[in-house]
Amino acid sequence: MAFDKMELRDIEVWDGNHAAAQALRQCQVDVVSAYPITPSTPIVEGYAKFKSDNYVEGEFVMVESEHAAMSGCIGAAAAGGRVATATSSQGLALMVETLYQAAGMRLPIILNIVNRALAAPLNVNGDHSDMYLCRDSGWIQFDAFSPQEAYDLNMIAFKVSEDHDVRMPAIINQDGFLTSHTAQGVHTLTDDEAFNFVGTFKPMNDMLDFEHPVTHGVQTEEDWHFEHKARQHNDMMTIIPNKIDQAFADFETLSGRKYNKVECYDMEDADLAIVCMGTSVETVREVVSELREKGLKVGVIGLRVVRPFPFFEIAEALKNIKAVAALDRSAPGGAAGMLFNEIAGSLYNTDSKMLLSGYIYGLGGRDLTKTNIVDLYNELQANADAGKVLTKQQQFIGVRGPKLAYL
Amino acid sequence: MSEIKKIKNLKEFSTSADRFEGANLLCPGCAHSIIVREILNATNDDLVLSASTGCLEVCTAVYPYTSWDASWIHIGFENCSTAIAGAEAMYKSLKNKGRLKQPDRNPKFIAFGGDGASYDIGLQWISGCMERNHDMMYVVLDNEVYANTGGQRSSSTPIGSSATTSPAGSISYGEKMNKKDLMGIMGAHNIPYAAQVAPNKWKDLVKKVQRGFATEGAVFINAVSPCTTEWKFDPKDTMMLSDLSTDSLVFPLYEIIEGREINITYRPKNVVPVEEYLAAQGRFKHLFKDQYKHLIGEWQTRVDENWAYLNRREEARV
Repeated sequence: MAFDKMELRDIEVWDGNHAAAQALRQCQVDVVSAYPITPSTPIVEGYAKFKSDNYVEGEFVMVESEHAAMSGCIGAAAAGGRVATATSSQGLALMVETLYQAAGMRLPIILNIVNRALAAPLNVNGDHSDMYLCRDSGWIQFDAFSPQEAYDLNMIAFKVSEDHDVRMPAIINQDGFLTSHTAQGVHTLTDDEAFNFVGTFKPMNDMLDFEHPVTHGVQTEEDWHFEHKARQHNDMMTIIPNKIDQAFADFETLSGRKYNKVECYDMEDADLAIVCMGTSVETVREVVSELREKGLKVGVIGLRVVRPFPFFEIAEALKNIKAVAALDRSAPGGAAGMLFNEIAGSLYNTDSKMLLSGYIYGLGGRDLTKTNIVDLYNELQANADAGKVLTKQQQFIGVRGPKLAYL
Repeated sequence: MSEIKKIKNLKEFSTSADRFEGANLLCPGCAHSIIVREILNATNDDLVLSASTGCLEVCTAVYPYTSWDASWIHIGFENCSTAIAGAEAMYKSLKNKGRLKQPDRNPKFIAFGGDGASYDIGLQWISGCMERNHDMMYVVLDNEVYANTGGQRSSSTPIGSSATTSPAGSISYGEKMNKKDLMGIMGAHNIPYAAQVAPNKWKDLVKKVQRGFATEGAVFINAVSPCTTEWKFDPKDTMMLSDLSTDSLVFPLYEIIEGREINITYRPKNVVPVEEYLAAQGRFKHLFKDQYKHLIGEWQTRVDENWAYLNRREEARV
């Protein structure tokens, strides 16, 4: 039975979850194997409804856990077709074993993570602990700051992930509730435009090619394991960044919407900068515009691609900055925040004299207010004026009780 | 529907084209390889296979070698069932979309897990696959112990067995729990077909497996796999141990259709006392000491009761 296409308006009012579900529908995913969890559930529900209404031709398998969801995705991807799923938080934590397996087997699978805090204490709201949990898993990771971007990045992710020179699974992050449940205007592509952008899946080493049997998921010990992992890392560092740039360029040609691995806002002549992810990027942009009107030379960088980390683009964007704040929305557990570390790594051994300070914020969905951000830029200004970091290198913002600062 | 392969005799059967190669690292005398060959040789159709982490996996796919001349996947310990379910879902999807490279084939989707992977860590995944009724066969290679990691107890390890995490000692007879009734659990899923098989009864095995292949939907097979290393018997005696397991009724051969209909498929002419089965294995050696001897009688009673229970269910058609 042929499936039906859907007529979309040029601009639809969608939240991030529905935007992601629509993108999966338009990409004509062959198998979705999924399990619901707040706040990503509406992606799975939305896709189920598309299936029930004959807008989806592929198989939809509702499994009994997130671990099984990704296990099914791996089996389906190895069989040779387009595969996607969605999860959040505890579900992702349960799934982590299989994330490493999917990446190690180089299977193109698309995973929407609707970011949510990790228990304990149990919390359903947005932070980036789940994103950070799998940051070394070998998956390509995109970050969407809005429903529009969640929609667009799904298509871009399929395009990159399924490229035969890439064959790496990809994650699209979006903030729980702030993006996933907040309806905004989303510029759409037609079903044909979207599908033609990703194209028909081209299998490689597919288990359903019976003339060419293939063994997936072998054992390697000290003799081969290191070479295998090294080659994957090499491809992440060399091949995949270019493929991402190409997909961004192709998508701009199609839609007019331009994406960059590092999204700079008012950075050209900025002295002070904040680097952050998710919906915070939009909040900081608003503050930047207000501070610019007062004559402050401030800017903000939103990290669009979390893995492979865009070291050179970050170094380039920050090369003339006097003071920068790295905002990490995840409990660091006895270390500096991930963004702090990666930015430091990007700039160390360069000529940059940038002063770097790290901030932990927004855990469990705690708001990042405009006042917080203004205070933060004031601290950066003081650091820049003094020529040294006047505060501790790691501070917590927006948390009750005595001020927390370390390092 | 594919044609059922006709198998005339053991010689012909044993010389069928192997898609599971003899070049593997399994122990001499391991029943796993015998069971897997018997299952794969029961069909000429294309195969999509998976294995859980365990003996079968680590001994057959050590890079850069493979023993599998068929599509094969291993992900982890607990999820070989869902791996094959995912592949089966992709097959259905691509068939529906007209994108199969060889659309005229009738592939069989088979997952192989050990008892640790099936009775213990992967039970939930198997349950999900059976409940969703994927067109697949799940096969347990049941050697009643975590053999790959050196003989730790699983929930399939029978009472009185000495395993490394339930060792027999001066005050312990070894494993304290009864073996889990996985056939009963699978039967309760009301799947189209579940069966218990043994490698020595190859005709019975082939008949059941072929019925499984011809079945649309989920099929569960529990195969007793005598383990020379952990059961502690001479590698040449694998078939003898297999015979003792079926003929003592410790491992009865039967099938459950749609979760409702039980058929006993093998009734030994001469039922062997359970004591003989236990005496043939080092893992039960301590049971023959005076302090634990009472367990042998209890074993016999348990086996008799289970046999009577199966017979009652067969008779009552429930």
